[in-house]
Amino acid sequence: MSEADLLLRLDCVACVRGDRLVFEGVSLALARGGALWLRGPNGAGKSSLIRLAAGLLRAAAGTVERRERIALIDEGAALDPELPLRRALDFWARIDTIDGPRVTEAMGAMGLAPLAEVPVAMLSTGQRKRAAMARVIASGAPIWLLDEPANGMDEAAKARLVAAIAKHRGNGGAVLLASHFALDIAELAELDIGALA
Amino acid sequence: MTALIALFWRDLRRAWGSGALWLPIVFFLLVATAFPFAVGPDAPLLSRTGGGMVWVAALLAALLPIDRLVRPDKETGVLDQLAVRGFADEVVAAVKIAAHAFGFGLPLLVALLPAAALLAQDAARVEMLATGLAIAIPALASLAVLSAALTANLKGGSAIGGLLVLPLAVPLLIFGAGMLDPSGRGAVKLLGAASLLLTVIGPFAAGAALRGLRE
Repeated sequence: MSEADLLLRLDCVACVRGDRLVFEGVSLALARGGALWLRGPNGAGKSSLIRLAAGLLRAAAGTVERRERIALIDEGAALDPELPLRRALDFWARIDTIDGPRVTEAMGAMGLAPLAEVPVAMLSTGQRKRAAMARVIASGAPIWLLDEPANGMDEAAKARLVAAIAKHRGNGGAVLLASHFALDIAELAELDIGALA
Repeated sequence: MTALIALFWRDLRRAWGSGALWLPIVFFLLVATAFPFAVGPDAPLLSRTGGGMVWVAALLAALLPIDRLVRPDKETGVLDQLAVRGFADEVVAAVKIAAHAFGFGLPLLVALLPAAALLAQDAARVEMLATGLAIAIPALASLAVLSAALTANLKGGSAIGGLLVLPLAVPLLIFGAGMLDPSGRGAVKLLGAASLLLTVIGPFAAGAALRGLRE
Protein backbone atom coordinates (compact mmCIF):
# COMPACT_ATOMS: atom_id res chain seq x y z
CA MET A 1 0.00 0.00 0.00
CA SER A 2 1.58 3.27 -1.08
CA GLU A 3 1.37 6.34 1.13
CA ALA A 4 -0.26 8.32 -1.69
CA ASP A 5 -3.17 5.86 -1.90
CA LEU A 6 -3.88 5.93 1.82
CA LEU A 7 -7.34 7.25 2.74
CA LEU A 8 -7.79 6.28 6.38
CA ARG A 9 -5.37 5.24 9.09
CA LEU A 10 -5.95 4.38 12.72
CA ASP A 11 -2.81 3.96 14.76
CA CYS A 12 -2.88 2.17 18.13
CA VAL A 13 -6.27 3.63 19.02
CA ALA A 14 -8.08 2.91 22.26
CA CYS A 15 -11.73 3.50 23.02
CA VAL A 16 -13.27 4.08 26.44
CA ARG A 17 -17.06 4.31 26.88
CA GLY A 18 -18.06 5.43 30.33
CA ASP A 19 -15.61 3.66 32.62
CA ARG A 20 -15.19 0.65 30.31
CA LEU A 21 -12.18 0.13 28.08
CA VAL A 22 -13.82 -1.20 24.91
CA PHE A 23 -10.60 -1.89 23.00
CA GLU A 24 -7.03 -0.68 22.79
CA GLY A 25 -4.06 -0.97 20.46
CA VAL A 26 -6.16 -1.20 17.30
CA SER A 27 -4.39 -0.17 14.11
CA LEU A 28 -5.67 -0.31 10.56
CA ALA A 29 -5.13 1.39 7.25
CA LEU A 30 -7.39 1.71 4.24
CA ALA A 31 -6.11 2.64 0.80
CA ARG A 32 -7.92 3.38 -2.45
CA GLY A 33 -9.75 0.29 -3.62
CA GLY A 34 -9.45 -1.36 -0.23
CA ALA A 35 -12.09 -2.89 2.00
CA LEU A 36 -11.87 -4.13 5.55
CA TRP A 37 -14.43 -6.19 7.43
CA LEU A 38 -14.58 -5.53 11.17
CA ARG A 39 -16.03 -8.56 12.82
CA GLY A 40 -16.61 -9.68 16.34
CA PRO A 41 -19.36 -10.48 18.81
CA ASN A 42 -21.89 -7.98 20.11
CA GLY A 43 -20.24 -5.40 22.34
CA ALA A 44 -16.75 -6.00 20.96
CA GLY A 45 -16.57 -2.40 19.81
CA LYS A 46 -17.27 -2.59 16.05
CA SER A 47 -19.65 0.37 16.09
CA SER A 48 -17.39 2.31 18.44
CA LEU A 49 -14.48 1.79 16.05
CA ILE A 50 -16.60 3.00 13.13
CA ARG A 51 -17.65 6.10 15.10
CA LEU A 52 -14.08 6.68 16.12
CA ALA A 53 -12.96 6.47 12.47
CA ALA A 54 -15.76 8.91 11.56
CA GLY A 55 -14.59 11.39 14.18
CA LEU A 56 -17.78 11.05 16.22
CA LEU A 57 -15.88 9.63 19.19
CA ARG A 58 -12.54 10.77 20.53
CA ALA A 59 -9.82 8.16 20.79
CA ALA A 60 -8.64 7.65 24.36
CA ALA A 61 -5.22 6.90 22.89
CA GLY A 62 -3.67 6.72 19.44
CA THR A 63 -4.33 8.73 16.31
CA VAL A 64 -6.94 8.77 13.56
CA GLU A 65 -6.02 10.20 10.17
CA ARG A 66 -8.66 10.84 7.49
CA ARG A 67 -7.47 12.13 4.15
CA GLU A 68 -10.78 12.35 2.35
CA ARG A 69 -14.47 12.94 2.94
CA ILE A 70 -16.43 10.29 4.78
CA ALA A 71 -19.87 8.80 4.31
CA LEU A 72 -21.40 6.91 7.21
CA ILE A 73 -24.17 4.41 7.78
CA ASP A 74 -25.01 3.63 11.35
CA GLU A 75 -28.09 2.93 13.43
CA GLY A 76 -30.21 5.85 12.21
CA ALA A 77 -31.01 6.41 8.55
CA ALA A 78 -30.88 10.21 9.09
CA LEU A 79 -33.86 10.68 6.79
CA ASP A 80 -36.84 12.81 7.82
CA PRO A 81 -39.64 10.30 8.42
CA GLU A 82 -42.47 12.56 7.25
CA LEU A 83 -40.91 13.24 3.83
CA PRO A 84 -41.19 11.16 0.68
CA LEU A 85 -37.96 9.22 0.21
CA ARG A 86 -36.78 11.26 -2.76
CA ARG A 87 -37.21 14.57 -0.93
CA ALA A 88 -35.49 13.17 2.17
CA LEU A 89 -32.49 12.17 0.05
CA ASP A 90 -32.56 15.51 -1.78
CA PHE A 91 -32.00 17.26 1.56
CA TRP A 92 -28.65 15.49 1.94
CA ALA A 93 -27.87 16.20 -1.71
CA ARG A 94 -28.24 19.92 -0.93
CA ILE A 95 -26.08 19.54 2.17
CA ASP A 96 -23.43 17.70 0.12
CA THR A 97 -23.93 20.18 -2.76
CA ILE A 98 -24.43 17.41 -5.29
CA ASP A 99 -26.87 17.41 -8.17
CA GLY A 100 -30.18 15.59 -8.57
CA PRO A 101 -29.09 13.04 -11.21
CA ARG A 102 -26.60 11.58 -8.74
CA VAL A 103 -29.41 10.95 -6.27
CA THR A 104 -31.49 9.33 -9.02
CA GLU A 105 -28.53 7.13 -9.92
CA ALA A 106 -27.94 6.15 -6.28
CA MET A 107 -31.61 5.32 -5.81
CA GLY A 108 -31.48 3.18 -8.93
CA ALA A 109 -28.40 1.36 -7.67
CA MET A 110 -30.27 0.35 -4.52
CA GLY A 111 -33.55 -0.42 -6.32
CA LEU A 112 -35.41 2.46 -4.68
CA ALA A 113 -36.89 4.19 -7.73
CA PRO A 114 -40.40 2.75 -7.17
CA LEU A 115 -40.33 4.01 -3.57
CA ALA A 116 -39.42 7.62 -4.40
CA GLU A 117 -42.79 9.04 -3.33
CA VAL A 118 -43.28 6.79 -0.29
CA PRO A 119 -42.79 8.58 3.07
CA VAL A 120 -39.69 7.37 4.90
CA ALA A 121 -41.85 6.47 7.91
CA MET A 122 -43.66 3.90 5.77
CA LEU A 123 -40.49 2.09 4.69
CA SER A 124 -39.47 -1.24 6.16
CA THR A 125 -36.19 -1.69 8.05
CA GLY A 126 -34.48 -3.15 4.99
CA GLN A 127 -35.80 -0.41 2.73
CA ARG A 128 -34.51 2.23 5.14
CA LYS A 129 -31.08 0.60 5.11
CA ARG A 130 -31.17 0.71 1.32
CA ALA A 131 -32.18 4.37 1.50
CA ALA A 132 -29.28 5.10 3.85
CA MET A 133 -27.00 3.28 1.43
CA ALA A 134 -28.33 5.44 -1.42
CA ARG A 135 -27.44 8.51 0.67
CA VAL A 136 -23.90 7.17 1.04
CA ILE A 137 -23.57 6.39 -2.68
CA ALA A 138 -24.91 9.80 -3.72
CA SER A 139 -22.57 11.66 -1.35
CA GLY A 140 -19.57 10.84 -3.53
CA ALA A 141 -17.37 10.52 -0.43
CA PRO A 142 -14.31 8.32 -1.06
CA ILE A 143 -14.36 6.69 2.40
CA TRP A 144 -17.41 4.65 3.31
CA LEU A 145 -17.91 3.65 6.93
CA LEU A 146 -20.72 1.12 7.03
CA ASP A 147 -21.99 -0.12 10.37
CA GLU A 148 -24.22 -3.16 9.85
CA PRO A 149 -25.38 -1.93 6.44
CA ALA A 150 -27.10 -5.20 5.53
CA ASN A 151 -29.27 -5.51 8.64
CA GLY A 152 -32.84 -6.19 7.57
CA MET A 153 -31.93 -6.50 3.90
CA ASP A 154 -33.16 -9.41 1.79
CA GLU A 155 -30.80 -11.35 -0.50
CA ALA A 156 -31.52 -9.15 -3.53
CA ALA A 157 -30.77 -6.00 -1.54
CA LYS A 158 -27.56 -7.55 -0.18
CA ALA A 159 -26.49 -8.27 -3.76
CA ARG A 160 -27.10 -4.61 -4.65
CA LEU A 161 -25.07 -3.55 -1.61
CA VAL A 162 -22.18 -5.82 -2.60
CA ALA A 163 -22.32 -4.49 -6.18
CA ALA A 164 -22.31 -0.88 -4.95
CA ILE A 165 -19.28 -1.59 -2.75
CA ALA A 166 -17.45 -3.24 -5.67
CA LYS A 167 -18.20 -0.27 -7.94
CA HIS A 168 -17.06 2.19 -5.27
CA ARG A 169 -13.78 0.33 -4.81
CA GLY A 170 -13.34 0.18 -8.55
CA ASN A 171 -13.66 3.97 -8.63
CA GLY A 172 -10.89 4.35 -6.06
CA GLY A 173 -12.96 4.44 -2.90
CA ALA A 174 -12.42 2.49 0.31
CA VAL A 175 -14.83 0.73 2.63
CA LEU A 176 -14.68 -0.03 6.34
CA LEU A 177 -17.48 -2.45 7.07
CA ALA A 178 -18.70 -3.59 10.48
CA SER A 179 -20.96 -6.59 10.34
CA HIS A 180 -21.69 -9.60 12.47
CA PHE A 181 -22.23 -11.73 9.37
CA ALA A 182 -20.18 -12.20 6.22
CA LEU A 183 -21.02 -10.53 2.94
CA ASP A 184 -19.89 -11.92 -0.40
CA ILE A 185 -17.28 -9.23 -1.07
CA ALA A 186 -14.15 -10.00 -3.08
CA GLU A 187 -10.66 -9.35 -1.67
CA LEU A 188 -11.95 -8.36 1.72
CA ALA A 189 -9.44 -7.95 4.53
CA GLU A 190 -10.65 -8.91 8.01
CA LEU A 191 -10.07 -7.60 11.49
CA ASP A 192 -11.54 -9.55 14.39
CA ILE A 193 -12.01 -6.80 16.94
CA GLY A 194 -13.38 -9.30 19.44
CA ALA A 195 -9.96 -10.97 19.61
CA LEU A 196 -8.34 -7.63 20.52
CA ALA A 197 -10.72 -6.54 23.26
CA MET B 1 -23.67 28.56 2.76
CA THR B 2 -26.10 26.61 0.57
CA ALA B 3 -25.90 23.75 3.04
CA LEU B 4 -26.65 26.04 5.99
CA ILE B 5 -29.66 27.52 4.20
CA ALA B 6 -30.90 24.00 3.43
CA LEU B 7 -30.52 23.10 7.10
CA PHE B 8 -32.36 26.27 8.19
CA TRP B 9 -35.32 25.64 5.84
CA ARG B 10 -35.48 22.01 6.92
CA ASP B 11 -35.74 22.97 10.59
CA LEU B 12 -38.31 25.66 9.82
CA ARG B 13 -40.37 23.26 7.70
CA ARG B 14 -40.27 20.63 10.43
CA ALA B 15 -41.28 23.20 13.06
CA TRP B 16 -44.25 24.52 11.15
CA GLY B 17 -45.13 21.16 9.66
CA SER B 18 -45.45 19.58 13.08
CA GLY B 19 -48.02 22.09 14.29
CA ALA B 20 -45.65 24.51 15.98
CA LEU B 21 -47.02 27.31 13.81
CA TRP B 22 -50.34 27.20 15.65
CA LEU B 23 -49.03 26.22 19.05
CA PRO B 24 -47.90 29.68 20.27
CA ILE B 25 -51.02 31.29 18.83
CA VAL B 26 -53.35 28.87 20.58
CA PHE B 27 -51.23 29.04 23.73
CA PHE B 28 -51.28 32.83 23.78
CA LEU B 29 -54.98 33.02 23.21
CA LEU B 30 -55.59 30.43 25.92
CA VAL B 31 -53.52 32.43 28.40
CA ALA B 32 -55.11 35.70 27.35
CA THR B 33 -58.57 34.21 27.64
CA ALA B 34 -58.00 32.45 30.96
CA PHE B 35 -56.11 35.23 32.73
CA PRO B 36 -59.01 37.74 32.94
CA PHE B 37 -61.16 35.04 34.53
CA ALA B 38 -58.50 34.54 37.19
CA VAL B 39 -57.94 38.25 37.85
CA GLY B 40 -61.58 39.29 37.73
CA PRO B 41 -63.39 42.11 35.92
CA ASP B 42 -61.00 44.83 37.04
CA ALA B 43 -59.86 46.48 33.77
CA PRO B 44 -57.12 48.70 35.28
CA LEU B 45 -55.64 45.72 37.16
CA LEU B 46 -55.85 43.59 34.04
CA SER B 47 -54.14 46.27 32.00
CA ARG B 48 -51.38 46.64 34.61
CA THR B 49 -50.67 42.92 35.00
CA GLY B 50 -51.49 41.68 31.48
CA GLY B 51 -48.18 42.80 30.00
CA GLY B 52 -46.22 40.69 32.46
CA MET B 53 -48.49 37.76 31.68
CA VAL B 54 -47.66 38.13 27.98
CA TRP B 55 -43.96 37.88 28.80
CA VAL B 56 -44.42 34.73 30.88
CA ALA B 57 -46.52 33.23 28.09
CA ALA B 58 -43.83 34.14 25.53
CA LEU B 59 -41.18 32.32 27.54
CA LEU B 60 -43.36 29.23 27.90
CA ALA B 61 -44.29 29.35 24.21
CA ALA B 62 -40.59 29.31 23.31
CA LEU B 63 -40.07 26.25 25.50
CA LEU B 64 -43.17 24.35 24.33
CA PRO B 65 -41.50 22.57 21.40
CA ILE B 66 -38.13 21.74 22.96
CA ASP B 67 -38.83 18.01 22.65
CA ARG B 68 -38.83 18.46 18.89
CA LEU B 69 -35.80 20.72 18.49
CA VAL B 70 -32.90 18.31 19.03
CA ARG B 71 -34.03 14.86 20.14
CA PRO B 72 -35.48 13.65 16.79
CA ASP B 73 -32.25 14.68 15.02
CA LYS B 74 -30.23 12.86 17.63
CA GLU B 75 -32.34 9.70 17.40
CA THR B 76 -32.42 9.53 13.60
CA GLY B 77 -28.70 10.22 13.28
CA VAL B 78 -29.02 13.60 11.53
CA LEU B 79 -26.66 15.24 14.05
CA ASP B 80 -24.03 12.54 13.46
CA GLN B 81 -24.32 12.96 9.70
CA LEU B 82 -23.81 16.72 10.02
CA ALA B 83 -20.78 16.18 12.27
CA VAL B 84 -19.29 13.69 9.80
CA ARG B 85 -19.64 16.35 7.09
CA GLY B 86 -17.59 18.75 9.17
CA PHE B 87 -20.35 21.02 10.46
CA ALA B 88 -19.25 22.48 13.79
CA ASP B 89 -21.75 21.78 16.55
CA GLU B 90 -21.88 25.50 17.27
CA VAL B 91 -22.92 26.21 13.68
CA VAL B 92 -25.63 23.53 13.82
CA ALA B 93 -26.85 25.04 17.10
CA ALA B 94 -26.85 28.56 15.61
CA VAL B 95 -28.92 27.38 12.64
CA LYS B 96 -31.36 25.64 14.97
CA ILE B 97 -31.66 28.80 17.07
CA ALA B 98 -32.34 30.91 13.97
CA ALA B 99 -34.94 28.46 12.68
CA HIS B 100 -36.64 28.27 16.09
CA ALA B 101 -36.63 32.08 16.39
CA PHE B 102 -38.50 32.33 13.10
CA GLY B 103 -40.56 29.23 13.79
CA PHE B 104 -42.11 30.40 17.03
CA GLY B 105 -41.25 34.11 16.93
CA LEU B 106 -43.31 35.15 13.93
CA PRO B 107 -46.49 33.36 15.08
CA LEU B 108 -45.89 34.80 18.55
CA LEU B 109 -45.88 38.37 17.26
CA VAL B 110 -49.05 37.69 15.28
CA ALA B 111 -50.71 36.16 18.34
CA LEU B 112 -49.73 39.18 20.40
CA LEU B 113 -52.44 41.34 18.84
CA PRO B 114 -55.51 39.34 19.91
CA ALA B 115 -53.84 38.40 23.20
CA ALA B 116 -53.13 42.03 24.02
CA ALA B 117 -56.71 42.96 23.21
CA LEU B 118 -58.03 40.32 25.57
CA LEU B 119 -55.64 41.57 28.28
CA ALA B 120 -56.81 45.19 27.95
CA GLN B 121 -53.47 46.48 26.67
CA ASP B 122 -53.67 49.88 24.94
CA ALA B 123 -51.90 50.69 21.68
CA ALA B 124 -48.81 52.14 23.35
CA ARG B 125 -48.36 49.03 25.51
CA VAL B 126 -48.92 46.72 22.53
CA GLU B 127 -46.19 48.58 20.68
CA MET B 128 -43.87 48.23 23.68
CA LEU B 129 -44.68 44.53 23.97
CA ALA B 130 -44.08 43.92 20.27
CA THR B 131 -40.75 45.78 20.40
CA GLY B 132 -39.66 43.96 23.52
CA LEU B 133 -40.64 40.54 22.21
CA ALA B 134 -38.91 41.19 18.89
CA ILE B 135 -35.73 42.01 20.82
CA ALA B 136 -36.07 38.98 23.11
CA ILE B 137 -37.14 36.32 20.60
CA PRO B 138 -33.55 35.37 19.54
CA ALA B 139 -32.59 34.98 23.21
CA LEU B 140 -35.69 32.91 23.98
CA ALA B 141 -34.92 30.68 20.98
CA SER B 142 -31.35 30.38 22.17
CA LEU B 143 -32.46 29.24 25.61
CA ALA B 144 -34.92 26.77 24.11
CA VAL B 145 -32.30 25.13 21.87
CA LEU B 146 -29.81 25.02 24.74
CA SER B 147 -32.42 23.38 26.93
CA ALA B 148 -33.33 20.93 24.15
CA ALA B 149 -29.69 19.97 23.64
CA LEU B 150 -29.07 19.50 27.36
CA THR B 151 -32.09 17.25 27.79
CA ALA B 152 -32.11 15.34 24.48
CA ASN B 153 -30.91 12.18 26.24
CA LEU B 154 -33.50 12.39 29.01
CA LYS B 155 -37.03 11.07 28.93
CA GLY B 156 -39.47 13.81 29.90
CA GLY B 157 -36.65 16.25 29.37
CA SER B 158 -38.83 19.16 28.39
CA ALA B 159 -40.05 19.66 31.96
CA ILE B 160 -36.52 19.59 33.32
CA GLY B 161 -35.38 21.77 30.43
CA GLY B 162 -37.80 24.48 31.42
CA LEU B 163 -36.44 24.49 34.94
CA LEU B 164 -32.85 24.56 33.68
CA VAL B 165 -33.22 27.71 31.63
CA LEU B 166 -35.65 29.56 33.85
CA PRO B 167 -32.92 31.41 35.83
CA LEU B 168 -31.33 32.54 32.56
CA ALA B 169 -34.67 33.84 31.31
CA VAL B 170 -35.39 35.92 34.40
CA PRO B 171 -33.49 39.04 33.13
CA LEU B 172 -35.55 38.95 29.94
CA LEU B 173 -38.76 38.82 31.95
CA ILE B 174 -37.68 41.60 34.32
CA PHE B 175 -36.46 44.01 31.63
CA GLY B 176 -39.21 43.07 29.17
CA ALA B 177 -41.97 43.73 31.67
CA GLY B 178 -39.97 46.72 32.95
CA MET B 179 -40.34 48.37 29.53
CA LEU B 180 -44.07 48.68 30.22
CA ASP B 181 -43.47 50.67 33.38
CA PRO B 182 -43.42 54.46 32.73
CA SER B 183 -40.42 54.73 35.08
CA GLY B 184 -38.50 51.93 33.30
CA ARG B 185 -36.96 53.99 30.53
CA GLY B 186 -33.64 52.16 30.52
CA ALA B 187 -35.26 48.74 30.45
CA VAL B 188 -35.21 48.47 26.65
CA LYS B 189 -31.42 48.88 26.60
CA LEU B 190 -30.98 46.34 29.37
CA LEU B 191 -33.34 43.97 27.56
CA GLY B 192 -31.28 44.40 24.40
CA ALA B 193 -28.06 43.72 26.30
CA ALA B 194 -29.46 40.63 28.01
CA SER B 195 -30.88 39.34 24.73
CA LEU B 196 -27.62 39.95 22.88
CA LEU B 197 -25.63 38.18 25.57
CA LEU B 198 -27.89 35.10 25.57
CA THR B 199 -28.07 35.02 21.77
CA VAL B 200 -24.28 35.10 21.47
CA ILE B 201 -23.62 32.58 24.23
CA GLY B 202 -26.43 30.24 23.12
CA PRO B 203 -24.81 28.63 20.06
CA PHE B 204 -21.59 27.90 21.98
CA ALA B 205 -23.36 26.44 25.00
CA ALA B 206 -25.82 24.46 22.88
CA GLY B 207 -22.97 23.34 20.59
CA ALA B 208 -21.09 21.96 23.59
CA ALA B 209 -24.26 20.15 24.68
CA LEU B 210 -24.69 18.67 21.18
CA ARG B 211 -21.09 17.45 21.28
CA GLY B 212 -21.78 15.83 24.64
CA LEU B 213 -24.64 13.83 23.11
CA ARG B 214 -22.15 11.86 21.00
CA GLU B 215 -20.03 10.66 23.91
